[in-house]
Amino acid sequence: MAVVKLQRPKLNFGEKIYFGALIKGFFLTMSHAVKSLRGKSVGAETLASSGLGVTMQFPEQRWDSHLPEYYRGAPALVTDEQGRERCVSCQLCEFICPPKAIKIKPSEIPSDDPWAKVEKRPLEFDIDMIRCIYCGMCEEVCPEQAIYLRKDYLITGLKRADMVHDKKRLYEIGGVRVGLVNKWNELK
Amino acid sequence: MPDIVFQIAIIITKIVVLTFIVVLPLVPLSVYFERRFSAVIQDRVGPNRVGIPFTLLGFKKDFHFFGLIQPIADGLKLFLKEDFTPDHVRKVFYWMAPALTVVPALITVCVVPFGSPISIFGHSEKLVIADLDIGPLFIFSVASLSVYGITLAGWSSNSKFPFIGGVRSTAQMISYEIALGLSIIPVLMYYGDLNLSKIVQYQADNGWLIAPLWNEHGTIFSPAYWSTCGPQWLFWFPAAIAFLIFTISIFAETNRMPFDLPECETELVGGYHTEYSSMKFAMFFMGEYAAMVIGSALIITLFLGGWSMGFTLDAKIADWHIAGIGLAGLIHIGVFLTKLIGFILFFILVRWTVPRFRYDQLMKLGWVVFFEAALINVFLAALVVAAPQLGPVIIGLGAVLLAVVTVAVIWVAKVSEETPKVLRA
Amino acid sequence: MSDTPSATAELILPKDLAAGKGMVNVQIDDIWHQFPKGTRMIEACRQAEITVPHYCYHPKLSSPGNCRMCLVQMGMPPRPAPGQEPQRDENGYEIIGWMPRPVIACANTVGENMGIRTTGDLVEKCREGVMEFLLINHPLDCPICDQAGECRLQEQSVQHGRGVSRFVDMKVKKPKNVDIGPRIRLDDERCIMCSRCIRFMDEVASDPVLGFTQRGTHTTLTVHPGRLLDSNYSLNTADICPVGALTSNDFRFQMRVWFLKETPSIDVNCGTGTNITLWARGNKLHRITPRLNDEVNSAWMPDSHRLNFHYIDSAARLTEPLSRSVGVSPTSFSPTPWPTAIAQSAAKIQSIPAAQTAIIASGRMTNEELFLTHTLAAEIGTRLLSLVPRSGEADKLLVAADRNPNTTGAKLILGSENPYSGLAFIRDGVRDGSIKSLIVLGEDIITDAGFTADDLGKLDFLLQTSVLANPTAEHAHLVLPSAAFAEKRGSMVNLSGRLQRLNRAVELPGQAHDDWEILRDLILAISGGKNEVHHIEDVFKALAENVPAFNGLTLSKIGHQGTQIADTGYQIPLLANERARKAAGLING
Repeated sequence: MAVVKLQRPKLNFGEKIYFGALIKGFFLTMSHAVKSLRGKSVGAETLASSGLGVTMQFPEQRWDSHLPEYYRGAPALVTDEQGRERCVSCQLCEFICPPKAIKIKPSEIPSDDPWAKVEKRPLEFDIDMIRCIYCGMCEEVCPEQAIYLRKDYLITGLKRADMVHDKKRLYEIGGVRVGLVNKWNELK
Repeated sequence: MPDIVFQIAIIITKIVVLTFIVVLPLVPLSVYFERRFSAVIQDRVGPNRVGIPFTLLGFKKDFHFFGLIQPIADGLKLFLKEDFTPDHVRKVFYWMAPALTVVPALITVCVVPFGSPISIFGHSEKLVIADLDIGPLFIFSVASLSVYGITLAGWSSNSKFPFIGGVRSTAQMISYEIALGLSIIPVLMYYGDLNLSKIVQYQADNGWLIAPLWNEHGTIFSPAYWSTCGPQWLFWFPAAIAFLIFTISIFAETNRMPFDLPECETELVGGYHTEYSSMKFAMFFMGEYAAMVIGSALIITLFLGGWSMGFTLDAKIADWHIAGIGLAGLIHIGVFLTKLIGFILFFILVRWTVPRFRYDQLMKLGWVVFFEAALINVFLAALVVAAPQLGPVIIGLGAVLLAVVTVAVIWVAKVSEETPKVLRA
Repeated sequence: MSDTPSATAELILPKDLAAGKGMVNVQIDDIWHQFPKGTRMIEACRQAEITVPHYCYHPKLSSPGNCRMCLVQMGMPPRPAPGQEPQRDENGYEIIGWMPRPVIACANTVGENMGIRTTGDLVEKCREGVMEFLLINHPLDCPICDQAGECRLQEQSVQHGRGVSRFVDMKVKKPKNVDIGPRIRLDDERCIMCSRCIRFMDEVASDPVLGFTQRGTHTTLTVHPGRLLDSNYSLNTADICPVGALTSNDFRFQMRVWFLKETPSIDVNCGTGTNITLWARGNKLHRITPRLNDEVNSAWMPDSHRLNFHYIDSAARLTEPLSRSVGVSPTSFSPTPWPTAIAQSAAKIQSIPAAQTAIIASGRMTNEELFLTHTLAAEIGTRLLSLVPRSGEADKLLVAADRNPNTTGAKLILGSENPYSGLAFIRDGVRDGSIKSLIVLGEDIITDAGFTADDLGKLDFLLQTSVLANPTAEHAHLVLPSAAFAEKRGSMVNLSGRLQRLNRAVELPGQAHDDWEILRDLILAISGGKNEVHHIEDVFKALAENVPAFNGLTLSKIGHQGTQIADTGYQIPLLANERARKAAGLING
């Protein structure tokens, strides 16, 4: 690696005695304080602040209506319009998941099931929300468009076990998502 | 005999009221201000939640008090935390160190005048615990003991970060004590007194030291003031220099930003209190903030008129009474505390404005700039104070001498700054 | 390999140089190589470290050339006019005239001065076209297909495919999820008609039950009417299937292959010592596949051996030392800490005269364990040491009649021609009460060695090490949990005298200990010596010093393909078949 020698800036007398910069600094900090107290901080509007600084006061004020389209909340499984669980437990999300939050146990769909031709579905699908980093890789990698990051962000629990979303919970959060993958419909 | 009992009772009352009701609550309060004001400066909200949880008792709304209960919650938390003593520390000193930091800071409270003498049912009582005639010296001598707490904490922790923190702190406090002591010599020369109560009284009558906007002849709005304010303003220059050096040195003494090198987190984890937890840590914390409160009190007392309201208003309210209790004393306490809080806010403002100094810069500032500047300032002040008694020739000679010395000192400082020649290639 | 001509030997042409060695010169991607005559082009490319994509070609099977994936461009020197000298370049090679059409590399053999191009516009376009045709009727079910991750079609469509389909019509429907045999499931839509499975069943397993019906895009792989794909080698078809058409029922939908960690090891179900790969995720073994070893099992293995691993995490697994509570009926066992168990056994063994003590070891033990057993017998002072024989029917391919995997090793280490000979004597001794103490290592002597519960009741002390709970353990005074084959390291010698290694794929369950550690601890407890054996390598070192056949070897020197250490004259039948077919030029590998 090349060594870059930096020349220290030559300071003139005014800069050397430091007071000018100090006073400028005081004005800057104070102007921030004043703006903050008046509810006029930069970005206070767009961030829907509570009137002090740019902070939103959480339990009373919610971000929900401001959530952008691309917001990445809790990952969840979705069903298609016919109520079929989209997930075929290919385990790609388990593979890609950077913090290894996903655990899948695949199983064969019994032959008397209406969707027996899909052959495979998850028996267990657990996402450890303590581990999950909401990166959205699972959504990106899913070939069946079965896992989506929903806008739920209040994932709380009193026990570690509460923080593991099982298959049932994941479908509760996920709900139905129509369209996208047609290969399992009647044509096939 | 009853007289002595009465005297002792009054002293104990003063100790309890002034130390435990006025100063000690100021410590958590300044922590609260620190957090709230920092938040405001940084476009945040800060602690605004902790209040009385009425909803737990079945009421509809909690009462938040703007989060003023937060310091109590913090204190409670520190009390309840595990008091962990590492295996490798030197136990006696390790336990002593926190106390050694807090106690000196609280002792110094005793010479600070909190208000003008308060009269209760005709009995006048000074609002100072011990009206010593050596106030500032007492404060310096006691406050300098607090360095022991930090040094011992750093040393007894027997761990590298606290050790470096302790060593830094010792060097820093000793360095700045010199500038601190020298810087108020002009002030004391001007007052001709070491009794802090009298100093404040003098300022109430003759204008604050660095805001001499009135004197016994009237305020800035009256012509009588203008004809007599000459010496006051002449002394303003050495006073301002003294104020500057003193204030900055107090920052260094109390280990506040920008001079918080003994504990700077980025380099030393927690500095001298890295190995401390629970209440022992809280003691350091308290000691630090108490030192800040006392430092502010001292600055206010010496330079900003202490409890006085200024503009000769103090004399006007001196006779106000309600039900036999003199209001002046109470109002003055309020004024003093307002000034104190204002100065604490200034401390915080400085914290978020000025970045931390490098250690060599800190030492250079102490030894090369402030020490010399304070020394020269002593002579300048002496010249100003003595001027009325001296002839113009001697004044001129003194001024020339002072200028020569100043230039010489600056030259020496400049030369010392140059990079030394490399002796070996 | 390329021939560099020197100035002094200008007259000798490269073709003559090569011909002297029975070789031919072949230019592959502009570099000259030499190969033996009769080498297939695809094999020549492989030796030159150039991969030619292929589906139907398998080095151990004949080459029908029906997938067309291995198309390469070929060139030969143009035939000179009569009397004309062929044109040569400065190195003496004739100038190659390239053919304007591709040829398949798997069915053509190399010739003198031949040129092969595995890259270039022509070859790449051909591959892309073949891939497109193969994918036309292939379903898009990679997410549910077990082959995903080890699928040739996936890999090569990434490398050579076009990425998008131009096909807009309906795909051909074929039977899915067909039950063609007890261990194999067929998905005809995924089949790309490479015929590897058909050829394997015909040529290697000699049970030709598979075949194609219909024509064109409707070609369908089926099993012969009235027959099932139930050969003991049927799972090999799932291994060689380049796509997910044939999948194993046992492994179906269990785990994706990309999660599995491969550990090379050997099979312990018979004396052949088939080389295997253990596929495990975390601490669970998911499947076993054969590993190529031309001296042992070629590329195949029998289903019976392959599927015999589920007992490893069965409920019958012993996970902590158990000691039988004395005087309590019905018999109950209580968990005991290892040090107590070892100390108890040592005290018990020492309290009974050596002449009344016998050891029954197992032919399934590794060389290291057998060596320590031998040491233990010497330490106790007993000469009563026998193994339990185990035999079955040989199938003339890979399954040997001797079902103990380490009989040869036992012969070498115990220094006896028949390590099983003492068993009857021990049994009689137990029956007539002359043997009071019995140490049974990894064997169930009630089921496998003709002992009865009454016999064992006569013993004063019965110590058993075992992987699973079994009838013998019921009567043991102490049961020590030991390691299954996938959980231990060690070495075994197969029937043909080849020393091969076992490797650890999964960790031991609970408090179970490696067999060699149990034996070492027992020996130390009895002798009271200081422990100088810390690794299995130390045991092997001692073994190599004491047994002549192992002289100079270490565990790491054995290698993944094994080392021949004895000549037993045993021939593995499958290898004989393969060598005959190779000699006949039917196969290449």
